Order: sequence, then structure tokens, then C-alpha cells
Amino acid sequence: MAASVRELRAKIRSTQATKKITRAMELIAASRIIKAQQKAAAAAPYARELTRAVSAVATFSNVDHPLTTEKENPTKAAILVIASDRGLAGAYSSSVLKEAERLVEKLRGEGKDVDLYLSGRKAEAYYNFRSRPFVESWTGFSDKPEYSHARTIGNTLVRTFNLDETDEEAIDPERAVDELHVVFTRFKSMLVQEPDVIRLLPLEVVEGTEAPTEHEVLPLYEFEPSAHEVLDALLPKYIHSRIYYCLLQASASELASRQKAMKSATDNAEDLIQKYTRTANQARQAGITQEISEIVGGANALADANAGSE
Amino acid sequence: MADLLQIELVAADRVVWSGQASQVIARTVEGDLGVLSGHAPLLSLLVPGVVEIKPPDGEVVRAAVAEGFLSVADNHVSILSEDAFLASEVDASATRAELEAAQSEGDQDAVMRAEAKLRLIDKAS
Repeated sequence: MAASVRELRAKIRSTQATKKITRAMELIAASRIIKAQQKAAAAAPYARELTRAVSAVATFSNVDHPLTTEKENPTKAAILVIASDRGLAGAYSSSVLKEAERLVEKLRGEGKDVDLYLSGRKAEAYYNFRSRPFVESWTGFSDKPEYSHARTIGNTLVRTFNLDETDEEAIDPERAVDELHVVFTRFKSMLVQEPDVIRLLPLEVVEGTEAPTEHEVLPLYEFEPSAHEVLDALLPKYIHSRIYYCLLQASASELASRQKAMKSATDNAEDLIQKYTRTANQARQAGITQEISEIVGGANALADANAGSE
Repeated sequence: MADLLQIELVAADRVVWSGQASQVIARTVEGDLGVLSGHAPLLSLLVPGVVEIKPPDGEVVRAAVAEGFLSVADNHVSILSEDAFLASEVDASATRAELEAAQSEGDQDAVMRAEAKLRLIDKAS
């Protein structure tokens, strides 16, 4: 007998307890995805109007802005990696980190130095464990990002790109970068989430999903106080809004992959419980059979001994 | 009666107010700006302050906005700000506490936001 009935019963009980936990986590993740999607929908009007305004300025004025100008010989790049704060979400964090590593290799291959900016404790832990340096990290909001988080991250990153010499908060010149990439997970559907890379700076104004159609002619705006100043104010906001978009996508993806991971954990627990129950039943039956044969054997032996003595 | 303006007051994470109005007054970097129906297309920067929206009938809608911008085109006015609150959503004592906290921390942005909210409360009362 491989295991006693008692041991098997204990295993079944502990697996049942695990199953309850994973099941609860699955349900929590499922309900929070809906909230994350609502948040993304609520942020859409702002992003749409902002994109419209930025494209209007870009179309009607030929101002060159440092945030939109490509450097001739980029030598330094920054990468913002958006991963999760907590695990138990399947391969979510590791696939983002893998994508980030690939990008780092690619940029190094092009002869660029890479500065890392991290969001999420899992990303921080990954680089700390390997004793690899990163510049700054933000944690504690991966599953419910607020706009203020995007603003904090955005301000830091814009400053590294747009080193203004009059800026009193100007950062270490060594941190100055020529381009900025973001690695995050795009939420395609409840079943598919893919790690993705976008280049945020220098800026290419990308049309949002609800961009004005081609037939719509943008009106001839007047700019107050001037096109350049309007652009100055709009672009950092545009970047904040893009980062917010990435954070929201990442949080929806994190919750979706957590739900998926917890669902398969629950299913596995069910399989285990079934297997253990069968083994336990078999062991109990074997025990009963053995007892019966022992009794029958004992009775026969007694009967034989009695018959011999008479 | 001229056409009405279609207003959207949008914060970074939600639509604060949308609807029709006959007039909008907002404070831009160039000074107070009133927009009536038929205004020329305009993109202007807002300073933290109060935006007043006058619907054709009923109460004036007042909102506090942080830095942002205002765009007018085809009788369609969008007011965008990273932070925006309607007068009915802010609370005077909470905002004063917020202002004091911001001043003691020396956070200029937060100070400006709180002051804009206080101005809104003053106007509304």
C-alpha cells in the first residue's frame, strides 16, 4: 500500500483548501477586470480630444518642438517596463520582462546605451536579483493605476528627454536620453494579452482608435497665446495620457492573466482531489478485503486444528 | 435663437460634464474668455480656475479645473484638464485641509489645484 488512508484524507483536505483560495482569487480578478475596462473606457474621451488637439497643432503650424525632433545620432535610450506588483498571474510578468530584455539587446546592438525605468515590484525584483542597475522604479499601483501615477512617471521621463538647462529641477545630465520606449502588455481580449513595445519619444502623433476620419477636415484653429506655447503645454499632457493608457492596458492584462492562471489552478486542484479520492477508496477497499481474508484464513486454520485433535 | 454650444468638460479619467449650453466662461492664460455660439475655432490654454457653463435654462454649472486647455470648433467646446471637479463635488473644509497639507509639503501643483477649488467654492456660495 503506497499511502495510508489517513494520509490521503489529509492530502484531500489540504487540496480542497487550496482550491477554495484559488477559486476566490479567480473571482476577484474577474470582477476587477470589468472595473479596469470601465476605467479604460472613461479615459478614452480625454485621450481622444487630446489627440485631436495635438494633431490640429501639428497640422497647422510647422513648429519644431524638442519632443518631436529626432536626434541625428541617438546614443542613449530609456525603457519604461510595466510589469505587475504581485505574482500568481501566470507568465504575465516574465513575458513582459523577456520582451524588455529583447529590446535592450536590440538597442545595444544599435549602439545605444540603455537606462531602465521600472513599474511594478516584479520588475524591480527581477533586476535587483540579478544585481542589474535601473534608474528609477514605481510600485504599488499595477492593478489599479490612477492618472496621478502616470503623471509622476511621465514628468520624470519627459525631463530625461527634454533636458532644459533653465530647469532648476534638472536632473543628472548622464540621465539624458535620445529616445524613450515603453514595454507593456496590450489587452487584446480576455484570452489574449500580448507584450508590446511602443516608442513614445521622439513623438509620433498616433491616431487613437476613435481618431477623426480622413474626410473630417480639421478646422483652422487660432492658437492662444501661440502655436508653440500651446504645443509646449499639450505635448507633456499627451505623453501622460499615453502612459496612462499603457498602465491601464497593463492592469487589465494583469488581471486577465491572473484570472486565467487561477482558473487552471482551480481545475488542477479538482483533478488532484478526484485522483486522491479514488486512491483513498481503493486503499480502504484493499484494507477491508485483507481483513476479511485474514478472518476467513484464521477461522479455517482453527477449524482444521480442531478437526485434527478429535 | 442661435444654435447652442455642445460642451464636453473632460478630466483625465472621466467625463465631468457634457451637454448643451448657450455660453461658456473660462480663464485662459490671456485672461477670461467667453465663448458664445458661432465662435471661431480656437485652441487656448487654461490656468487653474473656475469654468462657468450657462445652459439655455436652469442653473449655471461651475467647475474647478487645473491646468488644461480649451478647444472650440463648430459650436463644439471641449474643456480638457487633468483634474476637474464640479462645484457640487467639492467640500470646503476638506479643500482647506488639502491646501494646508499642500503648502506644508511645498507641492506647488497641489497648492494651485486647492486654490482653484476654493475659488470655486467662494463663487458658488
